[in-house]
Amino acid sequence: MVEKDLQKTENVSATERVRNVKTFVPRVDIYENKDALFLVADMPGVDEKTVDIELEKNILTITGRVENGRVAGGALMYSEYEIGDYERVFTLSDEIDRGKIVATVRNGVLRLELPKAEQVKPKKIAITAA
Amino acid sequence: MFNPTLWRFRRFADVMPEMLNLQREMNRLFSAVGQKAPQDYPAVNIWEKDGAAVMTAELPGMDPEKMDISVSGDILAISGTAESQAFSEGGTYLRQERGIGNFKRNLTLPFQVDAQAVEAKYEKGVLRITLPRAKEDLPKKIKIS
Repeated sequence: MVEKDLQKTENVSATERVRNVKTFVPRVDIYENKDALFLVADMPGVDEKTVDIELEKNILTITGRVENGRVAGGALMYSEYEIGDYERVFTLSDEIDRGKIVATVRNGVLRLELPKAEQVKPKKIAITAA
Repeated sequence: MFNPTLWRFRRFADVMPEMLNLQREMNRLFSAVGQKAPQDYPAVNIWEKDGAAVMTAELPGMDPEKMDISVSGDILAISGTAESQAFSEGGTYLRQERGIGNFKRNLTLPFQVDAQAVEAKYEKGVLRITLPRAKEDLPKKIKIS
């Protein structure tokens, strides 16, 4: 494996954030079938309370706050990774049925199911014999 | 030149964590120099708390049942398997950035570990292992008679 794949990617954005912590780009898998779009993001350290998903028009923003990444009262002796929040923005091409979005967080993995709106679902056209 | 008013320009307490962070980052950057192999997975942080070492690692989406942690002497071995993905058939991947997620790593600690008192916790995709030092390995205080 390449080193790039193992290290978290830091978010480089022009705007500054209020919280003085680094933000990282979560790694995602995006998967699609005819009914929905599935998004799976690795966000270790977040739970259902600290993750935030926002869909505005076709811009999907995922943010995650990591609050307990440090060992309380402990001193860091050796460090290979950094602790920080997560943020990533996607532009969705298909129309999404907002009312039916399902999001779950389990073991630091966010799973999003974004069902496609009825009008954009591929329709099968039946051919009638002439 | 360095009269106290200058220090008050920006509160030193605000800058200090940043400086320490920078130093840590620099150490991390150069610690890999001369190493041929890429960094091991998972990346770990090691903390010291109350005489015990606390190891943390970010391991999203692991199956806690299939995680294996063992300690022998001063060697900590961790390995695990990722939870299987429940994706329905008949779809396509548009993006695949996440790793498969199986891992195996051995770490050598600078002291003997009390294997009986090791505690491991897997929460929110972060693995935390507390490794107390073995009693016989603790420094002994010698009284002068």
